[in-house]
Amino acid sequence: MSTQTTSEDLELNQLQSEAEGSAAAWRASRSGHGGPSAERLSSLDTLESEAIHIIREVVAEFEKPALLFSGGKDSVVMLHLATKAFWPGKVPFPVLHVDTGHNFPEVIDFRDRTVERLGLKLVVGSVQEFIDRGELAERADGTRNPLQTVPLLDAIQRNKFDAVFGGGRRDEDKARAKERILSLRDEFGQWDPRNQRPELWNLYNGRHTVGQHVRAFPISNWTELDIWRYIERENIELPGLYYAHEREVFARDGMWRAVGEVSQPLPHEDVITKLVRYRTVGDMSCTGAVESDARTVADVVVEVAASTLTERGATRADDRISEAAMEDRKKDGYF
Amino acid sequence: MSTDTALLDAGLNSEALPSTLFRFATAGSVDDGKSTLVGRLLHDSKAILADTLDAVARTSADRGFGGEKGGIDLALLTDGLRAEREQGITIDVAYRYFATDRRSFILADCPGHVQYTKNTVTGASTADAVVVLIDARKGVLEQTRRHLSVLQLLRVAHVIVAVNKIDLVDFSEQVFRDIEADVQKVARELGLGSDGVADLLVVPVSALDGDNVVDRSERTPWYTGPALLEVLETLPAADELEADLESFRFPVQLVIRPQGALAPDAVAGGLDVEAYRDYRAYAGQITEGSVKVGDEVSVISPGHEPRTTTVVGIDFAGQSLEEAAAPQSVAVRLADEIDIARGDTIAAAGTVRESTADLYASLAWLSPKPLREGQKVLVKHGTRTVQALVRNVTGKLDLATFNVEPASNLELNDIGHAQLRLSAPLPLENYLHHRRTGAFLVIDPIDGNTLAAGLVKDHPGDHEDERYVI
Repeated sequence: MSTQTTSEDLELNQLQSEAEGSAAAWRASRSGHGGPSAERLSSLDTLESEAIHIIREVVAEFEKPALLFSGGKDSVVMLHLATKAFWPGKVPFPVLHVDTGHNFPEVIDFRDRTVERLGLKLVVGSVQEFIDRGELAERADGTRNPLQTVPLLDAIQRNKFDAVFGGGRRDEDKARAKERILSLRDEFGQWDPRNQRPELWNLYNGRHTVGQHVRAFPISNWTELDIWRYIERENIELPGLYYAHEREVFARDGMWRAVGEVSQPLPHEDVITKLVRYRTVGDMSCTGAVESDARTVADVVVEVAASTLTERGATRADDRISEAAMEDRKKDGYF
Repeated sequence: MSTDTALLDAGLNSEALPSTLFRFATAGSVDDGKSTLVGRLLHDSKAILADTLDAVARTSADRGFGGEKGGIDLALLTDGLRAEREQGITIDVAYRYFATDRRSFILADCPGHVQYTKNTVTGASTADAVVVLIDARKGVLEQTRRHLSVLQLLRVAHVIVAVNKIDLVDFSEQVFRDIEADVQKVARELGLGSDGVADLLVVPVSALDGDNVVDRSERTPWYTGPALLEVLETLPAADELEADLESFRFPVQLVIRPQGALAPDAVAGGLDVEAYRDYRAYAGQITEGSVKVGDEVSVISPGHEPRTTTVVGIDFAGQSLEEAAAPQSVAVRLADEIDIARGDTIAAAGTVRESTADLYASLAWLSPKPLREGQKVLVKHGTRTVQALVRNVTGKLDLATFNVEPASNLELNDIGHAQLRLSAPLPLENYLHHRRTGAFLVIDPIDGNTLAAGLVKDHPGDHEDERYVI
């Protein structure tokens, strides 16, 4: 924004002075355009502006949007962007959480405090209730992430949401790399990757027929590092387990799994106390911690920038099931 | 400049000056080695993390890639969907991300085989640059001509032709120069690069071995230009080029009026309801140019003469800005109480032509349903969607000759011209000079699908440079 003009000027000066050889020659040959402007936005500002544009488009064009909010960092960033998009007005849509029943208690607590602070309406879809009613069956591996799809679609239908914001990012997974910013879903919530609408310029087409709905992904173009830099810059509060803390863990599938009610070690799995943090926060039964001493957001930015593992590869058992695990879940209506 | 050290210091120092965003697309087919080139860029810029690389290495070994020597099939890095892996083709545009210390890149990887016009148009519509792949053994093909004509149509600021597989022609300068000359000839026929809007660069590369991709190669001593990544790092982005050219344009997305809802708690948490009782601002993303507090602006709405007023505030999430520029999303407050709604445009005073309901356009047809004369469609322009009648199709581009031939319909992958009558006048601007306000979507009113990418042309009779006929 304009308050950052000074540092951007500095950057541009540096860019200009570093330009040499052919690059400078091309620019000189383009004298009619007067070279780069002094006002170029930083990549974070550009991504923020794009996301806010998309959030506003969806609110303007849809009858009843909702935001998927789990308390995870991406959904927290989404909510932060929504508060900025409508300032000084309130966020004009409810938040929706699909509770697997295996969530980290501190994340549920964070979710409730955030909803309270912003005066939002919270809609909860409960995996446990579906299991109790016999409409979903517990999987043999105990993982409940893939079970979220049924309660999600139920909540969308029951509440007549026609657009649902998600914090999905294209850098997370190869199936998500092909996802549209506005992704049309049929009455079964299915994603048809071979038949997607072209997305042109900044013109988003959200038209849909009765029974269809749209998943909107305003932070599609953000990377994990962008998310962390933005959290740092905007001073956004996150659940504490994103930062290094001591925790009782055991090793399974090459990840550190927390000891908890739904995540018990087998007899051969030794429990030890380690300094860990979570890179993603999902279902306790399938989300692993990483060894880390990053206690502050600045530490995390440095750690993520230097990481040699992808965020899902490092921490999600459900994405290790097959090469196309995410693609298959998405086709069935998952995010 | 040292590209080695530039690479991926990217995020290590969070105190570093903020990087800027650069969007580019790749066009070409698997046969040209496009997936390998994209894989090479990602791999050599260290955007591929160890677990992904392990998976690709395992699959490469399973398939016996590289024979006895082994190796990693970099093309696998960009395979996304199960069907793509099974059929060995790329189906849909995939987006990739990598960064150097000066720029964050968004790469739209556009497949060449299936629906290539649709994919190239999609990728190019937001791109600052497009890399077109040519196989050094094959030279300029019909597909190359098609790609270049689409890029010319969409006014992509920088076209980079990568002559790939230069290793397979023994790094021959002669082969490269011949292809370069052919590319320049096609570009001249198209007017590409000759109009001061787009520029054209030709780079010899070997995606398989990495020559001139990230670092300059010693095996092409006759090539003195920059490596591909150096080019991408230093080219000015489209919004830098356009910043000085364009006047303020601001399509209104919605009106922010916390008290409009009559809910007592309609302001954000922590704010005083009373302080915002009369607050009214127009939210949107600046599509072109810039605006300052105190600027005179015109409000363009259908059914009204342009109304002139003054900007009294530019708000962004509690900050008051003195000025803002494209592509910032802001909320603008105006001096006079004017009835303004979504779909209206706020523009620098006196800079917008009269709105018109007669739309002359180039269309890139992206749907299997053909366009017929007399058909009713929807047109989405800025933040307004109106009904439209297709009066006539006035021609279709012949890709062999680049001539416009008579036509009465347009089919999938055709590029043509049409005249439409709109149900309400819109502030249309020539796409030539306005990449945002000159663009629109054609939408099917029945199933809501996007049918075409539309580019506004001047009305016949208005001055139009003949070079820009497609």
